[in-house]
Amino acid sequence: MTLIMTDTPTPSLPPVKMSVRNLDFYYGKFHALKNINLDIPANRVTAFIGPSGCGKSTLLRAFNRMYELYPDQRATGEILLDGENLLTSRQDVALIRARIGMVFQKPTPFPMSIFDNIAFGVKLFERLSLIDLEERVEWALKKAALWEEVKDKLRQGGASLSGGQQQRLCIARGIAIKPELLLLDEPCSALDPISTARVEELIAELKKDYTVVIVTHNMQQAARVSDYTAYMYLGDLVEFGETEQMFFKPNRRETEDYITGRFG
Amino acid sequence: MKETEGYSSDSNLSSFCHKSGIKCGFLFHDGEFYSGIIIGISDGVRNARGVFMVEALLSPPALPPASLPPTSRRKGGVFSNTFSDLLFGVVTRGAALLTLALLLGILLSLFIGAWPAIERYGLGFLTHNAWDPVREDFGGMVMIYGTLMTSAIALLIAVPVSFGIALFLTELSPAWLKRPLGTAIELLAAVPSIVYGMWGLMVFGPVLARYVQQPLQAWLGDTPFFGSLVSGPPVGIGILSAGIILSIMIIPFIASVMRDVFDVTPPLLKESAYGLGATTWEVIWKIVLPYTRAGVLGGIMLGLGRALGETMAVTFVIGNMNQLRSPSLFEAANSITSALANEFAEAAPGMHQAALIYLGLILFLITFVVLVFSRLLLLRLQKNEGTRA
Amino acid sequence: MNALPDSSTNPEVSANHKARAAFFARRKRINQAALTLSLAAMVFGVFWLMWILWETLWLGFGGLSLTLFTQSTPPPNDAGGLANALFGSFLMVAAATFIGAPIGVLSGIYLAEYHPRGALAVTVRFVNDLLLSAPSIVIGLFVYAIIVIRFQRFSGWAGAAALSLIVIPVVIRTTENMLALIPSSLREAAYALGAPKWKVILHVTLNAARAGVITGILLAVARISGETAPLLFTALNNQFWTSDLSGPTANLPVTIFQFAMSPYENWQQLAWVGVFLITLAVLGLNILARLLSRHK
Repeated sequence: MTLIMTDTPTPSLPPVKMSVRNLDFYYGKFHALKNINLDIPANRVTAFIGPSGCGKSTLLRAFNRMYELYPDQRATGEILLDGENLLTSRQDVALIRARIGMVFQKPTPFPMSIFDNIAFGVKLFERLSLIDLEERVEWALKKAALWEEVKDKLRQGGASLSGGQQQRLCIARGIAIKPELLLLDEPCSALDPISTARVEELIAELKKDYTVVIVTHNMQQAARVSDYTAYMYLGDLVEFGETEQMFFKPNRRETEDYITGRFG
Repeated sequence: MKETEGYSSDSNLSSFCHKSGIKCGFLFHDGEFYSGIIIGISDGVRNARGVFMVEALLSPPALPPASLPPTSRRKGGVFSNTFSDLLFGVVTRGAALLTLALLLGILLSLFIGAWPAIERYGLGFLTHNAWDPVREDFGGMVMIYGTLMTSAIALLIAVPVSFGIALFLTELSPAWLKRPLGTAIELLAAVPSIVYGMWGLMVFGPVLARYVQQPLQAWLGDTPFFGSLVSGPPVGIGILSAGIILSIMIIPFIASVMRDVFDVTPPLLKESAYGLGATTWEVIWKIVLPYTRAGVLGGIMLGLGRALGETMAVTFVIGNMNQLRSPSLFEAANSITSALANEFAEAAPGMHQAALIYLGLILFLITFVVLVFSRLLLLRLQKNEGTRA
Repeated sequence: MNALPDSSTNPEVSANHKARAAFFARRKRINQAALTLSLAAMVFGVFWLMWILWETLWLGFGGLSLTLFTQSTPPPNDAGGLANALFGSFLMVAAATFIGAPIGVLSGIYLAEYHPRGALAVTVRFVNDLLLSAPSIVIGLFVYAIIVIRFQRFSGWAGAAALSLIVIPVVIRTTENMLALIPSSLREAAYALGAPKWKVILHVTLNAARAGVITGILLAVARISGETAPLLFTALNNQFWTSDLSGPTANLPVTIFQFAMSPYENWQQLAWVGVFLITLAVLGLNILARLLSRHK
């Protein structure tokens, strides 16, 4: 299924950060993504929505080649980050991942202090003096709107924070290495409404500096935080466009049915 | 939800449930009236005898006539059930208490058996370097040294190797090799120690002597300190040999525990680290290992316990000579377990036996200390995690 | 879309990439070294273990013959078999299992079903771990003190008692673990029918955990089949066929020990065969236990 982008000319499109071309994805013999074509605009929030199992998380995990950890998963096609095909890149996958931050469904604080949680990723790629490192940690925590809450307990374990704080810690950890793209895989699915609201505010804040891609099963959330939305169903990209247009006058009947809840 | 009252001894119910895949509890036919299947019991009905709620079920087959007064049948049952309950409770409790009694019995009997030696030598036994059954002069230093030294060598080799094996099995192994290799390692943990011991004596000892000891002696023979470390008859028997055999024996234990705890590390945690651009080694060393340190430590302690208390794998190859004159790793020596294995059955009752039992008591206390120490460490780790959680 | 400009021209970003790549080269080398060492560790471990199994199979298999099972242990430099040792081992292992397994299962039931968090349960659990890790030769000393000295003779019964003391903690541990896996909804369902506790335990929980409990017992049997140390001064050994456990009883592990340490070639050969048989039996029992628990 091809995308319908050409039907909806949008004159003020921002530059493209990542392009997906003819992407197919397989779990063993299962064909999970079918010929996906998609352009992700820079410095915008793009949301992937769709029913469970539609492939939205799979697509996200293809972006930083996370699937390579599992031997029976493979992808074909092109994923271009600033024009460079990540799937055939001669760069080491670790270097690619350093350019693309990722936050998961559940908070995953590392078994170390709050400070070290942030410093871990930084130290992988940069040799900083302690002062610079402290500065960077503070910067990342401030970006993630967590600094005020943790500045007095940076030496405590990351697991001592509340769920919402842990998730913001993970976001801070992701941006501390200064990635170009931030992938959020259902970042609020394990959080209470108040924490969710804080993370959503944060996402709106982050798009100033980063290109953000968020997978969510919550359509209201997609409507609230994203500029662009992709609707996926059974491994196909059904429709992709500006969020407002997707929610108010989608081009495809399937999208409308899903968004208005007449799905299934 | 349909509520059905009654009881049935018909097994159709359970087989229906089985076939239809409904999650259900089975109650087995016991000749009385408690049989059937139960789904979704609420607190309200928990004590209502004979009432069970059946969801989406066929009409219950063969209900007994309602006229049958359950109370009359139950009366005797209740009495005997109360009594049986009490009896069963007492029996299981008794079995549990027996375990406690066993430990006390072991400690007490060892203490009594060792008393003559304890009375005579006290704690000086630990550092007394003599073993002379003829003059009845006994000290445990040689054996204690042998036990600790062989175990230390075993851990020194086994811990890194086991870590490497666990790392390989969880992160590197191709999927098709994972299971067979993992199973092989687990099965090897079950091989009796006498197999290791005999192989050590007949096969490994000569190889060690020929290809390691003799070259080392030729190379270091005249150097003052190192020369004495490798001296001794070239037969491949001694502390080093025993330590190596022990390490081979405990590798499967430690490796399988490490692999198990590495395997239960949440995939998301590892993916988070990979997502930041960490290499496999960095993920294992900086994320997985700290996350699983309690389990890893438990595995190492398990291995240490095995090594300290192991008899047969050591007895075959340590040489059973009560000497500490030479620091050589290739000189025949002795350990607590091998002294017991070799001498106890023939030891004359009296001081010789008492000294041997004293050694057994010391060994038991060492393993006890290792266990308690690892428990305290685990507790502290968990407590730290508790305050952080 | 393709005509849109992309951001790869940003000089700051590409400089950042270069710095990272340079720093990363070192990390990558460390990673490769570590993973190579890990592979080496695997090869190292498997190498020793295969070597041991190979020698055992090779030397043991060569000595197999029918007379092994029909003749008793021979004097030095004479023909013979291992019949008496095999039979004695079988008797003692069977007796130890019949004594130890019920006690272990009952204690395991107490720990899992009666007061799992109570003081007694916590203590017993700790003591059980202690007994699990207790050196088996110390168990032998204990039995020597309370049975051999009391009756003034080494006996098969003393050997069986020592082995049963090894069975008990193993069975307690597995029984408790297996019972703990049974969902409490199953128990509640049974209680809701009005079943008394002992019936719920025996007919419902224990029944549901049956495969696991039997697996535990099988593993315990496998463990004691190869135990040598606790028999050295309890059952001792016997050169002759005997089915009377009240005297010294021939058994395979101690026979192997004595024969292997002897200078006689035929004894050493028999020791290899004995080791082969024990390995076969123990591995067989373990595989059986695995199949049983997987089947469930």
